[in-house]
Amino acid sequence: MVEGTQAYGHLMVFGISAPILILILQLLGLACFSYIVYKRVAPLLRGQRDERLDRPVLRVQKVAKFWLGQWKHPRYRVAGTLHLMIFAGFVILATRAFYLLLFGLSGDFAAPSAIGRAYDVIADYAATIVFLAVSAAAIRRVVFKPARYAVPEKYGKWRSVDAIFLLALIALLMFSESLFEASRAAIQAQHGMPPEFLPLLSLPWVLLSTLGAASLTTLWNLHLGAYLADVLTFYFLLCYRPFGIQFHIETSLFNVYFAKLDRGTVKPVRWGVSDEQLDQVKSFGVKTFEDFTWKHMLDFYSCADCGRCSDNCPANTVGRPLSPRFLTIKARDYCFEHFPVFGSANNSHALIGGIYSEDEVWSCTTCGACEEECPLLIEYIDKIVDLRRGMVDEGNVPKSVQKALKALESRGNPYGKLEKKKAEWAKDKEFQQTCDVPVLDGSHGAETLYFVDSITSYDDRIQAIGRATARILDATGENFGILGASEKDSGHEVRRFGEELLFQALRDHNTEAIKAAGVSRIVTSDPHAFNALKHDYKDLPPVEHISQVIAREVKRGSLRLNHVEDAQKVFTYHDPCYLGRHNQVYDDPRAVLDAIPGLRRVEMGRCRDRSFCCGGGGLMLFYEPQENERMGVKRVQMAAEAGANVIVTACPFCMVNIEDAIKVSGMEGKMTAIDLTELVDQHLVRQEPKAAETVNEVPTHAHA
Amino acid sequence: MEILVCARRVPDTSENEIQLNGAGNDIERDDLVYSINEADNYAVEEALQIVAKSGGTVTVATVGTDEDEEILRREMAMGANQGALLCDEAFSGSDGKGIATILKGLVQKGKFDLILTGVQAEDGGAQVGGMLAAMLDYPFASLVNSIEVLGEKKLKVGREIEGGNKEMNEIDLPCVLSIQTGINEPRYVGMRGIRQAQSLEIPTYGAAELGIDSGSVGEAAAKVKRDDYFVPALGKGAEILQGSNEEIADKLIELMKAKGGLQ
Repeated sequence: MVEGTQAYGHLMVFGISAPILILILQLLGLACFSYIVYKRVAPLLRGQRDERLDRPVLRVQKVAKFWLGQWKHPRYRVAGTLHLMIFAGFVILATRAFYLLLFGLSGDFAAPSAIGRAYDVIADYAATIVFLAVSAAAIRRVVFKPARYAVPEKYGKWRSVDAIFLLALIALLMFSESLFEASRAAIQAQHGMPPEFLPLLSLPWVLLSTLGAASLTTLWNLHLGAYLADVLTFYFLLCYRPFGIQFHIETSLFNVYFAKLDRGTVKPVRWGVSDEQLDQVKSFGVKTFEDFTWKHMLDFYSCADCGRCSDNCPANTVGRPLSPRFLTIKARDYCFEHFPVFGSANNSHALIGGIYSEDEVWSCTTCGACEEECPLLIEYIDKIVDLRRGMVDEGNVPKSVQKALKALESRGNPYGKLEKKKAEWAKDKEFQQTCDVPVLDGSHGAETLYFVDSITSYDDRIQAIGRATARILDATGENFGILGASEKDSGHEVRRFGEELLFQALRDHNTEAIKAAGVSRIVTSDPHAFNALKHDYKDLPPVEHISQVIAREVKRGSLRLNHVEDAQKVFTYHDPCYLGRHNQVYDDPRAVLDAIPGLRRVEMGRCRDRSFCCGGGGLMLFYEPQENERMGVKRVQMAAEAGANVIVTACPFCMVNIEDAIKVSGMEGKMTAIDLTELVDQHLVRQEPKAAETVNEVPTHAHA
Repeated sequence: MEILVCARRVPDTSENEIQLNGAGNDIERDDLVYSINEADNYAVEEALQIVAKSGGTVTVATVGTDEDEEILRREMAMGANQGALLCDEAFSGSDGKGIATILKGLVQKGKFDLILTGVQAEDGGAQVGGMLAAMLDYPFASLVNSIEVLGEKKLKVGREIEGGNKEMNEIDLPCVLSIQTGINEPRYVGMRGIRQAQSLEIPTYGAAELGIDSGSVGEAAAKVKRDDYFVPALGKGAEILQGSNEEIADKLIELMKAKGGLQ
């Protein structure tokens, strides 16, 4: 090694030799970090149980895809690319960071033995790229200020300060590492030794070219100074990260590993407590911070405040008092305040009326757009449902929703309609002549059950979807029937509105009725019922949504479709949340549309997993939100922008919301909505000539 | 404060299709679902809120049969401390005065500072509260839409006056108040609460326990008898406003001002 480095071992600061000082510094840094992490883990230990250790192979795959592979990041091109660069740089530089730390512990101030030339070159470039990427990210935040980072006044201060400080520290770390390398190379050059190879245009190379003329003393001071700056920045960053958004650097790996694996499901009231034992649970849902599960607390720590959730949240878009981003940020602020690093925990405050408002929690349609977008796989729906469970337990439910719940309890449907009228939609005279829908009451058996659910049974407008579905099933030669009066509401939104025990009563009733019907499969035209039967119920025959059935039968050739009649019509398909995002059925409905000869189809900007919720289904129809405009109105605008004049959907609630929105926004005559089943029913090539006369039933009357 | 709320189980108008029976003297009662009379539910909520602030207990009572017990359990799930089912064959067919007589028996058995009733039963005539107060010689205020406790012996109550006005009164305890809907927002009673209330003990009181002469209540003593029951023929009342959206809006505002809906 070069001459000067010999001096490092003998360098004394405040009477302590430099390597010892560096060792003390590092031990202090580690102790500090350990203490802070211990304090951060404390609330997690007081949180509720959460079972996240099953299916390790699947979890590792998730880590590979979403953490190491940064899968969600490119959904936002610029920010995603910058983050990919920084993340990749970090992964590459982790090794060098550790051997740099060991550097100062050795008396001769020399690398223990570099991993290899090739790695050094890659690391130099990685540091350069990270340096440039964090600079670009900072400029982006300060100069271009993307809208999704803005903090509305009601949510407090401008958070970008956190982000920019973090970016600056990372830049400093990269700079000091590079300066350390460059000054060493310069010292070597002045000693006439063959200088260390610094890759062209890398940050150390650039720095070296500016250091050439400096004196040896200056270089040596720079070298030592860069090292000290590097060590200090490293430990400062380490200890500073658990105080804000930057904590995700530590927690993200765990957050992704422990992420929720099952789409479309809702967490149990308490993990490890069976439905039968629920009577013994003292309190339901989340009322105070400690009622959150440890994983949900980890979610709060992991949020990077990137704003993608709220950018995609339909409730936030239409001005409802909900922003998933601040749902998390407010909880984290609460946690940091009430479980402080210095001082003792002080937590028993009610969250509702404290950091959250009632309307904030009821505003969510559980559409899942936020969860779909989050690069860190943070969960929102389960938290919302848990908060609602807490509110239901306290009797804190909006009056309009109370009425619907009460009706569900006494009549099995939210409208308070009579049970015996559940099958009346199928008794329409004209309809009955072409299609007979038997009620499976013991005297009739069938292969397939058509689970109709409340809205399709009782709503005047939506009944047409029921009849179209029945005619399609009939056309495929399916031996099917319905439960009639013994079918109660699937309870999908009852569960998601937090009334777990009422949901369970509905589920148990339906499960028994379905089993008694002795069918071997279930079909439904309602994605909410589909999701409930598929994920919330247990031990049922296989369940399919009608769009899956149609797609299959069209492919098999057993359903044939006529050429589209009006060539002026441009169709667009609106993905219902509980068919698309929650169950990943994106292609079947589109395949059905494309199977209608001559049909012109366009995609909206927000489609498939970025579909924009129409306003919510089930009990959401009974909730009166505070909002600036309706989600449905936004959606109709999106369809118009895409150049469509027919919105095809595959969900009764989407139909209600979108048809309302067309009226509200004065688009009548310019835009129409139709259900996939209605469209297919219109275009069916009928087998018998007699049936061909009664093909169309496009209802024009308003829904109830 | 010890509060008694008098409640009643009625067919739920929002969850039934009310139809006349064949005889034309009552509604068809098969296939009906029942719930607590809505105004009574507001009265229970008000009682619970008073007790939450000033202490005391809430007792909910109903005159009826075993079937009516479900509303007591529901209100106990809501938070009421006790229920009382006033049940005796002799009570059947009582008119408003008979019901008031039975309730008076319960009031005299206990030590209630405040007695609340709903403003009226959905299938009734808003008569029991006033009669009960008169029989007890208690002060009475009807159509109450706000209550404030002023010390041990006094309440300040707000009453709704026709036309949307409000008057404030001081009233001495013990008293009877009939509670208007909208005085509060009744809490939701979930499945969980209802299930937990299933095992609660609810005492039943007959004529003897209440010290009531059987001859003064029931069908025989009733001096008001239902003579007929029918659905009135639909009259003309609806007016369809014509014109552009702006014109319609202007006319609507005019009409609402004229009818006192807007100030």
